[in-house]
Amino acid sequence: MSSSLPGWKELPMGGVAFRPSTDIKTGEWRLGFRPVVKEEKCVGCAMCVVLCPDMAMGLGEEGKAQVNYDYCKGCGICARECPYGAIEMVPE
Amino acid sequence: MARVEQRRIGMMGDEAVAYAIKQVEPDVVAAYPITPQTIIVERFSDYVADGLVRTEFVAIESEHSALSACVGAAAAGARAFTATASQGLALMWEILYIASSMRLPIVMVIVNRALSAPINIHCDHSDAMGARDSGWIQLFCENCQEAYDTAIQAWRIAEHPDVQLPVMVCLDGFVVSHTLEDIEVLPDEVVKEFVGERPLVRVMGHEGEVPYRLDPTGREPLSMGTFAMYDLYFEYKRQQEEAMRAALKVIEEVGREYGELTGRYYGLIDQYKLEDAEVAIVGLGSSMGTAKDAADELRDEGIRAGVLRIRSFRPFPTETVREALKGVKTVAVMDRALSFGGPAGPLMMDMATVFYGLKEGPTMLNYIYGLGGRDISTDDFKAVAQDALRAAEEGVEGLPVKFVGVRE
Repeated sequence: MSSSLPGWKELPMGGVAFRPSTDIKTGEWRLGFRPVVKEEKCVGCAMCVVLCPDMAMGLGEEGKAQVNYDYCKGCGICARECPYGAIEMVPE
Repeated sequence: MARVEQRRIGMMGDEAVAYAIKQVEPDVVAAYPITPQTIIVERFSDYVADGLVRTEFVAIESEHSALSACVGAAAAGARAFTATASQGLALMWEILYIASSMRLPIVMVIVNRALSAPINIHCDHSDAMGARDSGWIQLFCENCQEAYDTAIQAWRIAEHPDVQLPVMVCLDGFVVSHTLEDIEVLPDEVVKEFVGERPLVRVMGHEGEVPYRLDPTGREPLSMGTFAMYDLYFEYKRQQEEAMRAALKVIEEVGREYGELTGRYYGLIDQYKLEDAEVAIVGLGSSMGTAKDAADELRDEGIRAGVLRIRSFRPFPTETVREALKGVKTVAVMDRALSFGGPAGPLMMDMATVFYGLKEGPTMLNYIYGLGGRDISTDDFKAVAQDALRAAEEGVEGLPVKFVGVRE
């Protein structure tokens, strides 16, 4: 296996997390489509922020929806649920 | 430590364990309260009801949940205890692996009883053998005194920084669990001092070094029960194996320290008249007491017999056993469980491995006995020893596995 991973003598016992889970960029698993925010339509209601199962949606400085592509898996829930049609799934 | 004055009390095995656990006073006892539960938990719940312990007692809906509750408590840094038998242990199976892999030093007493079907409540070792590879330390006791002593020692073994594994203390159903014996008990404060507080080892978590427990305040965060694929899982299993090997030494150390306190010394094995023995009976649990009587009678008849009782079945003391049986001509390995379709009983497979590949080793035969609580007598053990001696002279024909006490 990869020599960059710790050996059994180095690893903390019991399978505890030895680095933050945010180190794993789950956005790499995204297949096919990614959500893109149409800022002119977004009212900043934050419905997408609440509904995103990966906490990959936030509100930017302008109060508009913002996608963190590091963790977005492209499920499309945000686009489907946005009451204003402000999120579009775009082929990658 | 100096020898301590002890009291003698008449107790059966279950009560002796409950008494020991009362003295240890763990933070949490979670147990399923009805059959196949034993009197251990019933007595302990009396102590709780009478206000003699501060333990949080959780009467729970199944053994699967009982051990799950212990996992949660131990993960939070508490001392957790449970007890079960036969079907109850079988129902715990999934959580057994989780407790050991999460390196939680839970102590559980197993009253060894047969597995269904047919329904049978009496002694054999099938239940513990089903848990053999689950990563738990398994210590088998011969009598009520040893059950009491081991229920105290188990905490020190489990919680040792080099070990951090759960311990199963095994005692024979009815033969030990329900048999009254005069046993010596330590004063409460001596037990308290011997077990001390649970020491929390320190590990590197995702935000630096922290004590090994879940911290609800988040000041010392630790995530347990994570995900590990083919790139990490194997390393964790290798660590568990190392902890088992370390336990060999710790079991002996704790036994020695306890011996200085009580005069009762326990190690990985118990040797009886093996020094000059030509035939050795090897086995687990209470029937080895009967085997010792048989060895005495055989010696009166001019046969040099001895007994090797395995106390620590997991970790298995391979080198200690090899050394103890040096010079023995023939060995009768007693299994109180079957490995259906296997080459021999579970203990025999380990014993054969002890001598595998060596140029010289004893003749070895396997005797399956006592399933579902069938008694074994001194005469049975004498016949077994003589059969093993005969095999050493005449050679073994066919499979070296025989049944003792089953009707043809």
